[in-house]
Amino acid sequence: MVRVLISVPKRVKRGEAFDVKLLISHPMESGQRRDDMGQAIPRDIINSFVCTFDGDEVLRADLFPAIAANPFLSFAVVVQESGTLAMTFTDDHGAVQTETASVTVE
Amino acid sequence: MSRLPSWCPWPFLQGGPASLVLAGLLALTVAPASAADKRSGYQDASPETQAMQDDDAANPGFLWVQQGETLWSGRVGNANRSCADCHGAAPATMRGVAARYPMFDARLGRPITLPQRIQQCRVERQGAAPLASESDALLGLTAYVGLQSRGMPMQVAIDGPAQPSFEAGKALFTTRQGQFNLSCAQCHDGLAGQRLAGSVIPQGQPNGYPEYRLEWQGMGSLERRIRNCLVGVRAEPFAADAPELADLELYLGWRANGLRVETPAVRP
Repeated sequence: MVRVLISVPKRVKRGEAFDVKLLISHPMESGQRRDDMGQAIPRDIINSFVCTFDGDEVLRADLFPAIAANPFLSFAVVVQESGTLAMTFTDDHGAVQTETASVTVE
Repeated sequence: MSRLPSWCPWPFLQGGPASLVLAGLLALTVAPASAADKRSGYQDASPETQAMQDDDAANPGFLWVQQGETLWSGRVGNANRSCADCHGAAPATMRGVAARYPMFDARLGRPITLPQRIQQCRVERQGAAPLASESDALLGLTAYVGLQSRGMPMQVAIDGPAQPSFEAGKALFTTRQGQFNLSCAQCHDGLAGQRLAGSVIPQGQPNGYPEYRLEWQGMGSLERRIRNCLVGVRAEPFAADAPELADLELYLGWRANGLRVETPAVRP
């Protein structure tokens, strides 16, 4: 489990875009570096990110090695009904983590 | 500049007119910035870095704050006690605390930094093993306590028994050291605002620690930052938790008095 900070407004307006911000603690090791012994440090990045809203895919992103450690993702979402955003990311070790945030339409 | 080693990588420093110009620059009056001229490293950071610090959702330091908040209420050690069991809710009880550190500890007879105080509490009151220095847990707790003072002016006391430590710290700040034979004051008092290669030389104000440095891609303490600078002038860095470091941090803290606490700051 890695640490994640999610910022989503608690209450949003129907049909109006709001920002979802996500900060993930991850080394994002690029695979380009070598250690003190000259051995290549294996790549370890978050390689895919999927956000769904009540099961419907909202955003899918592939991430690449040029992204710095502790990546920050921000995107806009529009919803018609209250529901739950689920954000799933996968890293090179195959670790999958899902974080959720509920959104209430007023 | 004659004391530069003969293998110095910058041949122009070895002699000739250019070295005289540089020597002249370094000889400029070195005086601490007055209260009005105090400048947080925030003001020297790029607009993008400032924006990152301004938005708590984008500031990676809050990943550590989040961890610290969890640890605050976690029971540990032989005493099976959490920070919250004694100190209660941090937003109320820890407000303004970090702005007063480093603080003179009468029992130890020397100044103590905030991470050292947390370690002291952990060992003596919680009966737990100390956290590793620069560990995420220690940085997290320090950041969480520091955050409670955000926006408050630094007010480090140097009177009474702290005076000798303060003088020792001041002496360290103004003493030339390392193979480059530079003192902290030469750059951070004398040349602050000018450039070292592409980067602006900041005043070196410690009002945002522990801070997230983009260069580190992680969180670090003031101690780590000082070590960074010492290696930069090719001096032998102080050992972890060396008393000299606390003296130096006391001087730096006093020097920043009046600047607002920015923990967790984001710096390049």
